Amino acid sequence: MKKTDIENMEITLLLEAMFMRFGYDFRHYSRASIERRVRQFQGKSGGSRISEMIPKLFYDESFFEVFVREFSITVTDMFRDPFVYLSIRKNVVPILKTYPFVKIWHAGCATGEEAYSLAIVLKEEGVYDRTTLFATDFNDAALDVAKKGIYALDDARKFTANYQAAGGRSSFSEYYHARYQAMALNKALAENITFANHNLVTDSVFGEMHLIICRNVLIYFDKALQDRVLNLFCDSLVHGGILCLGTKESLKFSTVGNRFQTIDEDARIYRKKAL
Amino acid sequence: MKKEGYQAIVIGVSAGGLAALSKLFGCLPAGFELPVIIVQHVHAKAIRQRFTHFNDKCPLTIKEAEDKETIQPGFVYFAPPDYHLLVEREETFSLSIDARVNYSRPSIDVLFESAAFVWSSGLIGILLTGANNDGAKGMHWIKEYGGLTIVQDPLTAEYPVMPKAAIDAGAADKILPIEDIGELLRAFSGSVDRGELNLRGFDNERPTKNIDRG
Repeated sequence: MKKTDIENMEITLLLEAMFMRFGYDFRHYSRASIERRVRQFQGKSGGSRISEMIPKLFYDESFFEVFVREFSITVTDMFRDPFVYLSIRKNVVPILKTYPFVKIWHAGCATGEEAYSLAIVLKEEGVYDRTTLFATDFNDAALDVAKKGIYALDDARKFTANYQAAGGRSSFSEYYHARYQAMALNKALAENITFANHNLVTDSVFGEMHLIICRNVLIYFDKALQDRVLNLFCDSLVHGGILCLGTKESLKFSTVGNRFQTIDEDARIYRKKAL
Repeated sequence: MKKEGYQAIVIGVSAGGLAALSKLFGCLPAGFELPVIIVQHVHAKAIRQRFTHFNDKCPLTIKEAEDKETIQPGFVYFAPPDYHLLVEREETFSLSIDARVNYSRPSIDVLFESAAFVWSSGLIGILLTGANNDGAKGMHWIKEYGGLTIVQDPLTAEYPVMPKAAIDAGAADKILPIEDIGELLRAFSGSVDRGELNLRGFDNERPTKNIDRG
């Protein structure tokens, strides 16, 4: 038996242990991404065999906390893929303006950069005041960062360039102030944002949305889980509601593909068909 | 006919990649049986041009790797810009936006490691010209899991830093100029008589490992 086959079995057991002990279900994540994280963690915790981490998971609370943190956080940029935000301004905002109250769900918001980016777009397009924006993630540590809205000042230049390419109407510096070598976003941006814990693997519909944004989260799931989540999104949208995925994600392999029409394929923006 | 031989090729290349890959593609025969997966560090501006640039030089179909896509022979897959590219045991692709590795995303190390776990001794890893260290660690993983590692001879590389880093890390089974890498690949595809290969002095022996290929 190949060494790598044995290690794959160890990972399967490790994921089962995580699920049984703590209810965190990574069993349908893309195995390659999980394997990478497990091995990185293995390296950091002294290079013991993968299966040797299982007893630690069961009995060492602090080990688990560090482990989950390694597993979950992905860092992103403000206005990542600026052309998508341009498309949102042009194609999605006019639709949102037809509703008196707007509910938006940003699923898998991680550390919050993209939720705040959307908030800025909504402010500039005059839709923010009528909007409630739910920004969710299953990782509490990431949500804590998101709630603070403080990012590295080193990224200001990159974010400014992205903001401008995304059709920014004013100047990015209007939205933050520098504080102790960090970039603190204006509190006003968070006023209509509710940050909450929600797990796409296990949780269900919590409201009817006009827009759902979930970018670069599905790539971490296997096909079966991707389909589960896309169905969940479909069920969470009003008729005519909008779904926006990451630029390398699609509805192609999913069972709900035919329930959507395409608004902008490059930007992965779709609209749920009315009955 | 799937031989008990190599099953896939991964290539990492950075600065100088346009010319180096064009040259390598020109050495591949039509009907080359192994899928080729490439991480090329390239500036956002140059990305659209590169496929048109490569298309007429390469007998295989060139495309960008898609999430969950099945990996097939007859194709050359490129990692999409700003995503890491990984391989699943079912021989499909997975993308990731994890942090940059060696300041790079896509990172050669990430692809090479992932591919090593999937194909082990069935993998050929090739590292070409480049100006940073991305790929040295990845080549080490490929070697550790029984694959064959080929590095472009730094003396022939436009940017020798990347190949040299892999050599210095002890991760290179073979160090060759691009034309010879091309020759070797043709042999593994069955397009060249192995006896003929031996005459030219290529070492046809695969590295021995304790890992049972069973």
